[in-house]
Amino acid sequence: MEDLKLELKKNIIEILNLEDLSIEDFDDNDSLFGDGIGLDSIDALELIVMLDKDYGIRLTDPKEGKKIFESIEVMATYITEHRKK
Amino acid sequence: MLKKTHIQKYCSIKNNEISVNGDLVFSADTLEVKDFFKDVYQFLEIKYSKYFKMDLLSKLAFLSAEIILNEVNTKEKNTAIILSNNASSLETDRKYQNSINDKDNYFPSPAVFVYTLPNIGIGEISIRHQLKSENGFFVFEKYNANFHYNYEKSLLQNNKCESVLAGWVNIDKNSYEAFLYLVSEKGIIEHTEQNLKQLYNT
Repeated sequence: MEDLKLELKKNIIEILNLEDLSIEDFDDNDSLFGDGIGLDSIDALELIVMLDKDYGIRLTDPKEGKKIFESIEVMATYITEHRKK
Repeated sequence: MLKKTHIQKYCSIKNNEISVNGDLVFSADTLEVKDFFKDVYQFLEIKYSKYFKMDLLSKLAFLSAEIILNEVNTKEKNTAIILSNNASSLETDRKYQNSINDKDNYFPSPAVFVYTLPNIGIGEISIRHQLKSENGFFVFEKYNANFHYNYEKSLLQNNKCESVLAGWVNIDKNSYEAFLYLVSEKGIIEHTEQNLKQLYNT
């Protein structure tokens, strides 16, 4: 689980071009959107693509993302339970 | 009565160099375009996290606009933006196309897709400087001083705006070039087609 959280932080920084952030800036329970890391709606779509591409998880309803992408902790738990690759 | 309009400030970014009003202010020997742009971002001491999400064309437009507008209070002014280039958003179009070429590895990127229009760079400048003004992005084979001069003059003489941020912002493969200027009633260089041509070619 800790490895997955680290992988997610690295991938999010790379995929979303968060060049001004480092892994240390992410707390596992920080909110990824709004006042936390500050991701936006396009980032949310990009995370949906990442779930499909890297973990074989296909979200049919983008609204599901709101709950899944709450924090690194929540994402890691969801991926562990639903991953197909 | 016709207003007397001038080129208040101009800059060019090309060949790993930046010049402002004809003076070289920055140069670097980085090989990759994206690395040079990052050097420029740091040189200008910008703190704007959205910058890193932009495509290369928008980054070039954004950085050029930062140089031109850093001493101008655009919040109180109605500044129009008229840009043009040769390659439109082709650099990003190619990148997006590559993400959807393979049916077995089909992962279109939303973050890339949003930049598959050249005028998105104008949007990025407008957000940064809170401009809600007339704007347009045109595609020509090369910088068209005649078109730019007439469009800019028309906007100013018809009181559509108080100043115009205008010029050429092009990027294609490893080649890039920006020539941006601000036209208003201030300044000493007269806003003429001939002067625009001359400044572009220096």
